[in-house]
Amino acid sequence: MQTADVIVVGGGMFGSAIGYGLVAQGLDVVMLDEGDVALRAARGNFGLVWTQSKGLGVQCYQEWSRESAHLWHDFAAELRSETGIDVAHRGGGGLELQLGEAEVEERKRFIEKMRNQAGPEGFDCEIIDRAEIQKMLPGVRLGDELAGASFCPHDGDVNPLLMLRALHSGFTKRGGRYLTEARVETIRYDGGAFVAETASGRITAPKILLAAGHGAPRLGEMVGLSIPIRPQRGQVLISERIAPMLPACISAVRQTNEGTIQIGNSKEDVQYDDGTTLAAVRRMARRAVQFFPQLAGVRLVRNWGCIRVLTPDGAAIYDESESHPGAFVATSHSGVTLGAANARHVAKWIATGEAQPGFERFSARRFDVQAAA
Amino acid sequence: MFKRLPDAPAETVILDFDGRRIEARVGDTVAAAVLAAEPGHTRTTPVSGSARLPYCMMGVCFDCLMEIDGVPNRQACLVTVEDGMIVRRQIGIREAAE
Repeated sequence: MQTADVIVVGGGMFGSAIGYGLVAQGLDVVMLDEGDVALRAARGNFGLVWTQSKGLGVQCYQEWSRESAHLWHDFAAELRSETGIDVAHRGGGGLELQLGEAEVEERKRFIEKMRNQAGPEGFDCEIIDRAEIQKMLPGVRLGDELAGASFCPHDGDVNPLLMLRALHSGFTKRGGRYLTEARVETIRYDGGAFVAETASGRITAPKILLAAGHGAPRLGEMVGLSIPIRPQRGQVLISERIAPMLPACISAVRQTNEGTIQIGNSKEDVQYDDGTTLAAVRRMARRAVQFFPQLAGVRLVRNWGCIRVLTPDGAAIYDESESHPGAFVATSHSGVTLGAANARHVAKWIATGEAQPGFERFSARRFDVQAAA
Repeated sequence: MFKRLPDAPAETVILDFDGRRIEARVGDTVAAAVLAAEPGHTRTTPVSGSARLPYCMMGVCFDCLMEIDGVPNRQACLVTVEDGMIVRRQIGIREAAE
């Protein structure tokens, strides 16, 4: 039997960022990964560090996303110096493009709502016109229907696969133990410690973090944590590498640091089916070409589906069990954006109990049915 | 380096490989035809610029990317030769169309 200070269940974006932060706090950590049968959101995501669309109706999440986007600047530099891996963080602001005036108007209304709910730091996001878009994308031919874009200076992107590799590398370099093919079957609380029975043996620790995406709700029930998440599929298209043409960071059509054009903006309710469909490929590719007609001649080389983790209000859940103190959950969509805050703030909270002001608002207890008056 | 199987088809076609006239057999893939002509390398990578040759010959590795009849980044192992084809090394990253 292995022992540790903390067991992290899940080796995706949430588990590895928090696990990386926990070993930096000086703790002995075992990270358990289910293996390649898992629904690996961390291997299929888009790579945006994105705030402009996050947190409508949940002000604390709006602030939390921005906090993490700010932390990313130092965090990317730290990952590079710790691991030698450059995650290609680009933080100069991001664009979401709109086709036609109706989409622009809808975006304006959304920005207004976000601004009205924002706290003292406000909400920095503006609609810009074609001339301003063109200035950010010099030399690119803009489609006739491209009517405007929302620009937020806090947004950016990273290479998500390199981010995951850097987190794993930093975790193991700092002494963390990563076990794969280690699906957790059961968790029980036994004499002051949690005992996780896994496919690769038994691990025990006084603290356990559930960061296993869609694998977490089943385990949450064993330690008194309610984790009300649902699946949503997103599909991604990957092009051949082409010479840099999109220097600005764009939400649905992103050019990576290595030249790939990555296209993705689908949302499908198909349970846990991570397959692909021609209809979604066609829709996404057409929209990309409406933005940038030059993409019509670019070859797509891959397409995949990936299952998002969505909470009822779209904001992250961070919680500690009332019935089983020491059992934690951390889960959400947006594992890339939240990576820096997870590594810094959430790891500190799990290690020491010290949390950012207002952090308790991320408890899943916010979803409990209110008593009638 | 490569030898043809004794039962390879005898009928030949002619390709232009970076300005050099090479002979291929009917049914060859472009990658096979070019390898048989000992090309040195067939592309350089977009990120580090290192020289590459076709590797997996089954459409997976993308190391055989070449410009074929004016279309960049084609997987030469998945294209069958045709007489008069113009084949170029894929040097680094391609440009987007104007």
